[in-house]
Amino acid sequence: MKVTVEITRRPEIADPQGTTIQRALHDLGHNEVMSVRVDRVIHLDVDGEDRALVQSRVEEMCRQVLANPVLEDFSVEITG
Amino acid sequence: MSTAVVVFPGTNCERDVVHALTSLGGDAELVWHRETDLTDFDGVVLPGGFAHGDYLRTGAIARFSPVMAEVGHMAAQGLPVLGICNGFQVLCEAGLLPGALIANRDLAFICRFVDLEVVDNESILTRSAEVGQRIRIPLNSYEGNWVDPGKIGRIVLRYVDDPNGSQQGAAAVANDRGNVVGVMPHPERGVDELLGSVDGRILLEGFLHSLVPA
Repeated sequence: MKVTVEITRRPEIADPQGTTIQRALHDLGHNEVMSVRVDRVIHLDVDGEDRALVQSRVEEMCRQVLANPVLEDFSVEITG
Repeated sequence: MSTAVVVFPGTNCERDVVHALTSLGGDAELVWHRETDLTDFDGVVLPGGFAHGDYLRTGAIARFSPVMAEVGHMAAQGLPVLGICNGFQVLCEAGLLPGALIANRDLAFICRFVDLEVVDNESILTRSAEVGQRIRIPLNSYEGNWVDPGKIGRIVLRYVDDPNGSQQGAAAVANDRGNVVGVMPHPERGVDELLGSVDGRILLEGFLHSLVPA
């Protein structure tokens, strides 16, 4: 089962990379860009038939290691 | 009284730490990250480097190395646990210190001497120093920008001019008890005039004085 995990840094936590990219876009004339955030997408291929079980197992992986609960939120989507 | 200096795959400051501690009269030994018994040691240092390649996030994989269960036990027993640079990141990921370390504010790898001020001397790292004392040692990191959304961290060393965006200028953070400390700059690189500073000595002497026989 294909699972897509999106790890997003909470809005209140600074994202120096996003800030730098925004500055670069402005330098290139794309002044309409009001904010840039760089997040992380992880693609998993998981052995399992039960969608609910796979969903909860991957959410567990996010809480345990894939996301840092101090900084980040996550979403888990079964994509195929 | 001996200190375990943990070596993860990708750690690269372990020999500097052993050299610094032994030059100050301490006894230190390298310990591979798969070790599961540290009962012979009275304290532990997680040195700098790139444990497990810094994959996923700095320290994210290292915190699951087998040795970390023992490090957690030592922390709970009140024994001195010191994380330097990458070791600081590992201790945060392991939940032994509050907060997390993200990329430096200006996305630059910073490698230069920095001036620090002691703001709390009731920790294993700062106990031999005076509050207000200035310390000059090298910083050498890309992800040295400490954030603590819970604002519960106990800062023991602060940058005089916050070079990396670290919250409240934090350069070293302790747990409530003061026996677990993470420091981003490198005290072990400031123990010899040849290296341009001996200010790291007072910090590592504090660590050595905190060791009590197991």
